[in-house]
Amino acid sequence: MTTQTPASGSDPVPNRIHARPVPRPGRLVAAVVVLILAAMAANALITNENFRWDVVWLYLRDIVVIRGVMWTLVLTFASMAIAVVLAVVLAMMRRSDNPVMRWVSWVYIWFFRGTPIYTQLIFWGLIAVLYPRLSLGIPFGPEFFSFRTDDVITAFWAALLGLALNEAAYLAEIVRAGLTSVDPGQTEAAKALGMKDGKIMRRVVLPQAMRVIVPPTGNETISMLKTTSLVVAVPFTLELTYATSAIGNRNFLPIPLLVIAALWYLLITSILMVGQHYLEQYYGRGFGTTTRRRGRGKGPAGGRQAAIAAAGTVQEDVNKDVTP
Amino acid sequence: MSAISDAAAAPAGSRDMVSVRAVHKVFGHGHDAVHVLKGVDLDVARGEVTVILGPSGSGKSTLLRCINELEEITGGSVVVGGDLMGYREDAKGVLHRLHPKVVAKQRSRIGMVFQRFHLFPHMTALENIMEAPVQVRGLSKKAARQRAQELIERVGLSDRVDHYPAQLSGGQQQRVAIARALAMDPELMLFDEPTSALDPELVGEVLSVMQDLARSGMTMIVVTHEIGFAREVADHVVFMDDGVIVESGPPSKVLDDPQEQRTRDFLAHVL
Ligand SMILES: Nc1ncnc2c1ncn2[C@@H]1O[C@H](COP(=O)(O)OP(=O)(O)OP(=O)(O)O)[C@@H](O)[C@H]1O
Ligand SMILES: [Mg+2]
Repeated sequence: MTTQTPASGSDPVPNRIHARPVPRPGRLVAAVVVLILAAMAANALITNENFRWDVVWLYLRDIVVIRGVMWTLVLTFASMAIAVVLAVVLAMMRRSDNPVMRWVSWVYIWFFRGTPIYTQLIFWGLIAVLYPRLSLGIPFGPEFFSFRTDDVITAFWAALLGLALNEAAYLAEIVRAGLTSVDPGQTEAAKALGMKDGKIMRRVVLPQAMRVIVPPTGNETISMLKTTSLVVAVPFTLELTYATSAIGNRNFLPIPLLVIAALWYLLITSILMVGQHYLEQYYGRGFGTTTRRRGRGKGPAGGRQAAIAAAGTVQEDVNKDVTP
Repeated sequence: MSAISDAAAAPAGSRDMVSVRAVHKVFGHGHDAVHVLKGVDLDVARGEVTVILGPSGSGKSTLLRCINELEEITGGSVVVGGDLMGYREDAKGVLHRLHPKVVAKQRSRIGMVFQRFHLFPHMTALENIMEAPVQVRGLSKKAARQRAQELIERVGLSDRVDHYPAQLSGGQQQRVAIARALAMDPELMLFDEPTSALDPELVGEVLSVMQDLARSGMTMIVVTHEIGFAREVADHVVFMDDGVIVESGPPSKVLDDPQEQRTRDFLAHVL
């Protein structure tokens, strides 16, 4: 049913439609049901003495807990940084003309994706048992220098290496998908100008591949935050999960300390999600093609990315083989 | 097969910018092998414009890509500006494949313009033109910028220097692509259907830039279906079909008085 208003002076549409919307009773019903469930959940959380909210509040800002948060952050970002560098190298090896490089990269990814991270972390923790001394030299030949494994690969380094080497295998596939998504015509044009392969990669392909690489890498970072809780397998005992559960076990209050850990993880994840939101916006999934840059100087931050998006030289829906 | 009768009359190779001899190109191996070029001979003298015509799939793009080493040829030889492309011949006549760095250097002397422009989308028009001189030649940014300004003026786009490719029309993008190729001071320019992806009203602006370039004495090989351009600008027209050169000669001969039935059939379709 429509009613038509007579053309008023200000409205450029003389016969604007004022229709009644389709009734949507389901929305109201859903809202009521969800509200009731939420109230029940809140009630279950707040009134249950076993949660010991006083203890939660007390230990939330405990120095050991804060230190745990710090170590968790250090492990997350340091391992991601190492993994990104390694992943770019692995992805390039995977696309290289050199069959040895391709094979090495394939085997690396096959091995590190094919075994559980927990197992890998235990292994890194035991490396000093397997190889008490590490030495550099010619295989089966003379050694140039050697050192005690324990001195070099401490629990922290074992945890960091374990996380980074594993993550690199996943990121390598993300990077590879990104490199593959760039129009081969870009490489051809750069070649025709006489650019060498390394330059083509750095100057032409990678900057465009970032559009495809960065958003899932944000996801991997969030995932890594929680994977750090597994480094107890090394054992590295300073990060958030171990620190809180140690306090919980000592005080016979495991539940409130679990809640504390969960709250911290949630908080950090939320911050990372905000960061990821801006990254994705920057890398322009939904950019309009009409963003114009007028005048000189550097335009809005998204200008370059919007231009890549609009040019359509990066195929965004490549068949990605990424998350486990 | 020597289809280039008038070029063959000239003293062998001396004034030639490009000399393509018995070039074969096979893609793939074994059962999947596709024989695309089946013995192509082509000579282009310095300062001349050669237009290549031919039906789709006849191997025109492949021939251009073999000339600047984007494809490795399977047989024959390509000599550009006196240099054998892609190989070094030793005293015993054995060919050695050149290192990719050397091949890249050879390519840098040949400009190429593509049907779909292939401008770098993350760089402005000016940055696109500056990229190769800075990254390949090691020119200073300042010098490259100045040269780029001149070139972009030459293609009539001085007011578009800070625009990204996505903010330019197809015709403007193609003119930037031409300027980008010219920035390396090439001795030879290859055009692969430079106007085929353009709306009809944008074709003229690109052709006129190409015509100016021809007048300035640039050696050019142009694959195009623009018969008017061929008639007006070309010194030679070459008709290709099924991987061979069927007929070649001055435009007046090939376009207006073709000797081969295949050429006549093709021209009847295009004109
Ligand atoms: N990389 C490749 N692998 C296999 N076959 C190829 C490859 N590139 C080209 N071909 C084949 O070579 C033949 C000639 O292709 P080419 O692109 O040179 O034709 P063309 O004359 O430029 O045609 P068009 O006018 O459509 O551009 C085609 O049959 C094509 O399928
Ligand atoms: Mg073609």
